[in-house]
Amino acid sequence: MSAAPLIRLKGLRKSLGGKEILRGIDLDVARGEVLCVIGPSGSGKSTLVRCINFLEIPDQGTVEFDGAVVHPDESLDQHRARVGMVFQRFNLFPHLSVLDNLTLAPTQVLGLSPDQAASRARSLLDRVGLADRERSFPAEMSGGQQQRVAIARALAMQPQVMLFDEVTSALDPELVGEVLAVMKGLAREGMTMLVVTHQMKFAREVGHRVVFLEGGVVAEEGKPEDVLERPKSGRLKEFLGHFS
Amino acid sequence: MDIHPYLEFVPRALARTAFLTVTSLAIGLVLGLLLGLARVGPVKFLRRAATVYVEVVRGIPLFVLILYIYYGLGSFIGQFWVASPYIYATSAFGLCYAAYIAEIFRAGFQSLDRGQTEAARALGLSRRQAMRHVLLPQAFRNILPALGNEGVALLKDTSLASVVTIAELTQSGKAYASLSYRFFEVWTVVALCYLALTIPLTWGVRKLEARLGVRSAPHTA
Ligand SMILES: Nc1ncnc2c1ncn2[C@@H]1O[C@H](COP(=O)(O)OP(=O)(O)OP(=O)(O)O)[C@@H](O)[C@H]1O
Ligand SMILES: [Mg+2]
Repeated sequence: MSAAPLIRLKGLRKSLGGKEILRGIDLDVARGEVLCVIGPSGSGKSTLVRCINFLEIPDQGTVEFDGAVVHPDESLDQHRARVGMVFQRFNLFPHLSVLDNLTLAPTQVLGLSPDQAASRARSLLDRVGLADRERSFPAEMSGGQQQRVAIARALAMQPQVMLFDEVTSALDPELVGEVLAVMKGLAREGMTMLVVTHQMKFAREVGHRVVFLEGGVVAEEGKPEDVLERPKSGRLKEFLGHFS
Repeated sequence: MDIHPYLEFVPRALARTAFLTVTSLAIGLVLGLLLGLARVGPVKFLRRAATVYVEVVRGIPLFVLILYIYYGLGSFIGQFWVASPYIYATSAFGLCYAAYIAEIFRAGFQSLDRGQTEAARALGLSRRQAMRHVLLPQAFRNILPALGNEGVALLKDTSLASVVTIAELTQSGKAYASLSYRFFEVWTVVALCYLALTIPLTWGVRKLEARLGVRSAPHTA
């Protein structure tokens, strides 16, 4: 943790629909760190994540990646290629088979040959436990399977960091576990991860650090056991109360 | 019924109607796609220009547009280039149908889930790559029935080419009817000829639809 952080957010501000959603965020994510972001609905968690890969362009402040400021008017595609993202609603490409979902970006963006991309895709499908489903289409799979494909699709770009935005919130309860297991595996292998989640157990067990976002600012942060078990502010206590 | 005169003119007339339909539809699809892309694209000037084009062209009867292009523009162009009436007719049909097809493409793009664009861009695909590999194939599949309708409508509208002296089905029928006075018989044959083209077209579009749609029906997550 002594080296420069992989991601450094400085004074990030963003308004949407005339309302200031992010009101000055300073946050570092170290290489290999699993940072969990919690907070009430509307606190700006998704907006924060989307600012990191510039699906939303910040109004003010900077995003530094690997020590260099990312400028939104240049090289955004390059930046996005090294930042993996997984969405709450999977967003798989429904007209493509599972294999094609995984090979599209590596062939188009990274210039991999179809064979290289396919063999990379197959080993990732194996890793998320879906080796036998490469010919399936998204509509033929369960939510949990689709989300695992979505994780594999992001990993196929060999990103340096993975962003997860409430990736289990759209799943039936019995399917949550299989997705969390894949994420746990990633964390164990040292992937840098920023995980927006309501799964407090996951944050407690897998997270290295937890950030509590409230009203567009970082209201509390620290080790999972401190933040989750010894909350300082009344708001965080109240928020955590909903989960126990 | 003496079928000899029909054997004389029907095959040629059918071929002309089919030719007019295919060439006009090709122009309409290409130009319509470009206009549709402009209408949902990031360049404000192009968005405006495409909107004006669509509104203007949709507001003019196709019959008037053909007369305008053939007699109006034709009288200028004719001074230095004697163009075939097919050029004028397919231009008029293509330009007109492009406006309708542009609206279909626009609606097709706008009905797609925003998450599709976001997922594509988040993977590092450029705007153009996302359009080409993610949005266009899905939009195309969704709008195929509507495009099929346009194709059938265009096929029937090619009967208007009779006003620019092209002896397609309607014009040929008119000529033979006024010669033979067998009105009922002639127009029955002409109507059946149109059906012989529209029915396979409709059927082909359905086949294509089924092939594109079976396994990849959009899910509701
Ligand atoms: N495009 C938009 N235009 C206007 N308001 C928006 C837009 N996107 C988000 N918002 C608003 O911004 C606020 C914060 O949104 P955000 O999605 O970042 O919150 P969140 O913490 O992720 O919430 P949740 O837990 O519900 O996902 C919400 O009140 C939302 O309604
Ligand atoms: Mg959210």
